[in-house]
Amino acid sequence: MTKVTGAQSLVNSLEAAGVDVMFGIPGGAILPAYDPIFDSKIRHILVRHEQGAGHAATGYAQVTGRVGVCIATSGPGATNLVTPLADAQMDSVPVVAITGQVPGPAIGTDAFQEADIRGITMPFTKHNYLITDPDDIPRAIAEAFHIASTGRPGTVLVDIAKDALQRMTTFDYPKQVSLAGYNPVTQPKAQDIADAATLISQSKKPVLYVGGGVIKANAAKELLILAEITGVPVVTTLMARGAFPDSHPQHLGMPGMHGTVAAVTALQKADLLITLGARFDDRVTGKLSTFAPNAKVIHADIDPAEIGKNRHADVAIIGDLKNILLKLNPAVKEVLSKVQPDLTPWQNEVYGWRSKYPLGYDKPADGSVSPQYVIERIGKISGPKTIFTSGVGQHQMWASQFIGYENPRTWLNSGGLGTMGYAVPAAMGAKVGAPDATVWAIDGDGCFQMTNQELVTCALNNIPIKVAIINNESLGMVRQWQTLFYNGRYSNTNLESKRVPDFKMLAEAMGCVGLRCERPEDVDKTIEAAMAINDQPVVVDFSVHRDAMVWPMVAAGSSNDDITTVRSMAPVWDSQEL
Amino acid sequence: MAIHTLAVLVENSPGVLARVASLFSRRGYNIDSLAVGPTENPTVSRMTIVLNLEGHALDQVSAQLFKLVNVIGISEMKSSDSVQRELLLVKVPANPVTKGLAAKFDAVITDENDQSLSLEIVGDKDRIEQLLTALKPHGIRELVQSGLVALERGASTLADRTLTTMGTANESSPDNKTADYQN
Repeated sequence: MTKVTGAQSLVNSLEAAGVDVMFGIPGGAILPAYDPIFDSKIRHILVRHEQGAGHAATGYAQVTGRVGVCIATSGPGATNLVTPLADAQMDSVPVVAITGQVPGPAIGTDAFQEADIRGITMPFTKHNYLITDPDDIPRAIAEAFHIASTGRPGTVLVDIAKDALQRMTTFDYPKQVSLAGYNPVTQPKAQDIADAATLISQSKKPVLYVGGGVIKANAAKELLILAEITGVPVVTTLMARGAFPDSHPQHLGMPGMHGTVAAVTALQKADLLITLGARFDDRVTGKLSTFAPNAKVIHADIDPAEIGKNRHADVAIIGDLKNILLKLNPAVKEVLSKVQPDLTPWQNEVYGWRSKYPLGYDKPADGSVSPQYVIERIGKISGPKTIFTSGVGQHQMWASQFIGYENPRTWLNSGGLGTMGYAVPAAMGAKVGAPDATVWAIDGDGCFQMTNQELVTCALNNIPIKVAIINNESLGMVRQWQTLFYNGRYSNTNLESKRVPDFKMLAEAMGCVGLRCERPEDVDKTIEAAMAINDQPVVVDFSVHRDAMVWPMVAAGSSNDDITTVRSMAPVWDSQEL
Repeated sequence: MAIHTLAVLVENSPGVLARVASLFSRRGYNIDSLAVGPTENPTVSRMTIVLNLEGHALDQVSAQLFKLVNVIGISEMKSSDSVQRELLLVKVPANPVTKGLAAKFDAVITDENDQSLSLEIVGDKDRIEQLLTALKPHGIRELVQSGLVALERGASTLADRTLTTMGTANESSPDNKTADYQN
């Protein structure tokens, strides 16, 4: 077998793993790998900050369902990947990170640009490696892609010592990966399916509580079938927006802290939660002890550790959600052919809540632009095939609430970790993964100032994304909490970003088209102008009303029963509804 | 609050102890003692973890542990079904009383000089507690304990149940990674 360098073996391995694009920045320790990368068919996109590489890999993976790849050097290069790796792991996104490490003999000596990235990333990678022998490179890469993409998807970091990249080895990519301690269960047990079907047939007030796992498992079609054969109302969590069409008559919207009254209340009053790929996150349950107090729980998930973590499951189904639904749908159909519970009273009740308490917002009295209106119009004008990313905060919640999602993998956001600055680099990765789609980053002025340097990458690499800055010159969500819970004492949330920076000029300086919109009557034509530009990234600075708030809201730590539709306004329930 | 003993088979690979420790620390599980050592299989190490569980169900701890790629199998060692031993080395003043207690508890005298006596005792938790209680009034100068190790009674082995199917990755078979803790 011909001898190659460890670096060449790494690049060969990445090619063998099917990598077509990676996002990264070279540096001392990873430098040997960048020489063969120069000749590789893999497209390497040179980002401006490693955090951008990580979020771009995440965006790419979310849109394509494939493993996203980022690459960085040792020390600060590697530590800059920490945030996006934690982010991707929390949201179960398959990402492989390659980092250079100082040469083997220098490890542990506090060498220049040395950081124990394997140790640092242990808590939020699914698995990670430190490779000091070049012969181990192909196996580690093959295992990394296998682990990242199977079971519950997640992040894997492969840290490779510089001398392992430089030394000679033979390249031999394993045809099969076998790991003694890793064999995720993908096929559900027949008994669990039967038990779930029985519970469904006995329920009078069921809700389909749908999480991001449905999208990860490519099971949206099967979910639609289950919903339609049962007639059960559906809620989609922040991570599941798009898993079930927003236009569908059974859809109640998003549950949780800023969920719709109908979705939150349906969960509270349900007698059965059919939980698919969701994890009873605190932002969904509110105060856990008061969440859905009368509901039995069916919990279907690929990860056995999610069962009973936050909420007891009466029936647990472990497996890939697509496999689960392919078995559950006929089983449910069979059971319902014998006993068909009458869901009409329940359906009337929840759809009544939906019409009585729709999402809405007030137009600002001073004639300024309402942020919800901007986001709603972007959604309407660009249509349901558009891919949306967002940062974290008010604009994220509005983008989840006021854009209609019809398809899976069209809504990308940082749900678990809540990473401000996710939108722009994730949009870059999404556009690379889906070059024919329109990609809009709905961003806040705070978030945008954390990662906007990747617009340079977009401009130089022909990645024409569109960015809407919802500029309320504040850390808006924090400001909202200060308004509600800190007597309006706006400590350090005033960003003054209608004054500095000039986002239009900043965009232009980075090689993008910069637009600005300050009046409600200009919103549509500005969006249309942005839509018309397809050869360059576009940034629109939407100057919006500062005091708009996200409603409904369940205050942190409160019961979902205490949802408020607008400030100090709780829904008025008819007595029989309670 | 309840004490549980877990036997955990792990791949003998770098960082595996750190992964287990990191998991326990991150999720707030309290470890009473942890003993790690080689097994009959050079690629596999065995950890015996004594846990003091507050609120966290044993199932949840096991499920989280099992997610670690290097963890091959987990089994709860119940005191009724397993042999559980700890090693104690203790240094006490040398005098007729401590020598008498050593004899009474069948402790081995491993080192002796004018001032001190080093005792070794192997036993379950109770036996060690009893010796320490007896020695305490006479002055314990230094002590070191090994942490508990446990072996199931009967012919069955944890390795039998977990390693026979090692390396047969087959997604269609849900039970190919068997242990007392199963997916």
